[in-house]
Amino acid sequence: MHSPWTRRLLLAPATLWFAAMLVLPLVVVFVFSFGERGAAGGYLPAFTLAQYANLPARFTAFKNTLLLAPAGTLAALLVAYPLAYFLAVKVDRRWRTALLVMVIVPFWTSILIRTYAWIFILGGRGIPQLLELFGIEGVRLINTPFAVLVGIVYGYLPLMVFPIYVSLEKLDKRLLEASADLGAPPWRSFLQVTLPLSLPGVATGCMLVFILLMGEFLIPALLGGGKVFFIGNALVDLFLQSRNWAFGSAVAATLVVIMLVTVSIYMRLMMRGARQRDDVGVL
Amino acid sequence: MKLYALAVYLFLYLPIGIIVLFSFNAGRHASSFQGFSGKWYGKLLSNPFAMEALTTSLIVASTTAVLASLFGTMAALGLQGVTGRLRAFYDSVIYIAIMIPGIVIGIATLIALVTVFDLANPALAALWPEGLGKAPRLSLGFVSLIAAHTLFTMALVIVIVRARLAGMDRTLIEASADLYASPARTFWQVTMPQIFPAILAGFLLSFTFSFDDFIIAFFVAGAETTLPVYVFSSIRRGVTPEINAIGTLVLTTSLILLIAAQFLLRERSHGSAAGRADDG
Repeated sequence: MHSPWTRRLLLAPATLWFAAMLVLPLVVVFVFSFGERGAAGGYLPAFTLAQYANLPARFTAFKNTLLLAPAGTLAALLVAYPLAYFLAVKVDRRWRTALLVMVIVPFWTSILIRTYAWIFILGGRGIPQLLELFGIEGVRLINTPFAVLVGIVYGYLPLMVFPIYVSLEKLDKRLLEASADLGAPPWRSFLQVTLPLSLPGVATGCMLVFILLMGEFLIPALLGGGKVFFIGNALVDLFLQSRNWAFGSAVAATLVVIMLVTVSIYMRLMMRGARQRDDVGVL
Repeated sequence: MKLYALAVYLFLYLPIGIIVLFSFNAGRHASSFQGFSGKWYGKLLSNPFAMEALTTSLIVASTTAVLASLFGTMAALGLQGVTGRLRAFYDSVIYIAIMIPGIVIGIATLIALVTVFDLANPALAALWPEGLGKAPRLSLGFVSLIAAHTLFTMALVIVIVRARLAGMDRTLIEASADLYASPARTFWQVTMPQIFPAILAGFLLSFTFSFDDFIIAFFVAGAETTLPVYVFSSIRRGVTPEINAIGTLVLTTSLILLIAAQFLLRERSHGSAAGRADDG
């Protein structure tokens, strides 16, 4: 459709931008991760694996991230699934769009300010004070892994609801009728028809939330109070406080590698799943 | 089931409600509500640091939105009909730009730019002509912020505009050519009106993402302070009711912009009809 020159001209700014602001910085991180820390911070050119060998020094951050990112994803899934099911199957058509929009609206506003509100609610004068009225004393919620989980579910819920909703909405209602006609009770129809058919949506939602959680900084910083450190918090600390660029680069590179591995495993599973579903379709 | 949904909606809206309510709190403390007052809005508007951060954010977000929608649209058009290795290359770069966590983009940009500046500044100082005064020093600031924000918002614009281009009615372009319109005229009178809503939606999304971004700005803003960075440091220093006022204003603004963006993406057939009507 375009002449080669027009095409080159159209693609030039984006290509330059990707090269200068994505490829170059990522290459620099990779190169720096084999370097050494300068005397006054920053980076000294070297070729050593010392930074990677030192990764266990940030074990807690990796452990927290690799435990709480899946846990947060699972918690978001458990809260989101019934809501997505309700929206896709139970709600009257007239209300569906409005209720769906209401799920995304909070997501459209700054996550910083939404998370800040939870400092209020979980803090000493929020829910703990409310609980004292009922005679439950000394509950600590803020600056705990629980607070971080609440923040995660709150922050990422819409990302989980949407893909599940989409897959449930596409579900052929005749399959459920057939299942009922064959004498399956509703719970069995759900487990053997609805749930398996909604799995692609579940997988997409989990992947989206999990990927974003791997690089999370704000929620642990605000609701974890320095106790529930994620890799993101370790990175901010390494680059802005201790100015240890080489080690920080190794941590960042490791994070990216973990993400790439997870995403490719996911892609492979998705493709296998799609193939299996096609087989079912043929049968 | 209904009760469950109600509980989830309550969970979603309670924090937002609290922010909005307490932004009108007459009392000094965040803990108890002592009647309505607009005083925190007044305090906010007369706070020079907050206003400067707001100005920085507005300049960065609008420049980012212009660059991202312009270059992103150009790239989406350029990628039309591209297949094979080149296509796979651009697809993966766009995918990486969207997938890589903001924090990694932030640190990578920080260390890459600081390293480049450290190399470039002495060279610049040595090569600078005497007659022009002191050589400028490259440093982090507006330009690095805008450049970093433009990267990932541009990737989003490419995805949005490409989806629209793919859904476009190709027969209209053929009809236009059959009626002897030049390619340029076909572009402005047929293609552009059809993809315009997507470009505008991309523009609004880019503006909002840039305006809301905290983590990238935290690394690459240099001496500048954007509104989210200001809010974050205020939270760190202790809870002040002013943050609620900022929150309410930011909330209202992003809502208006994103509802507009959503509206534009939804209005598929209407959008192109309106675009054509505007042309005539």
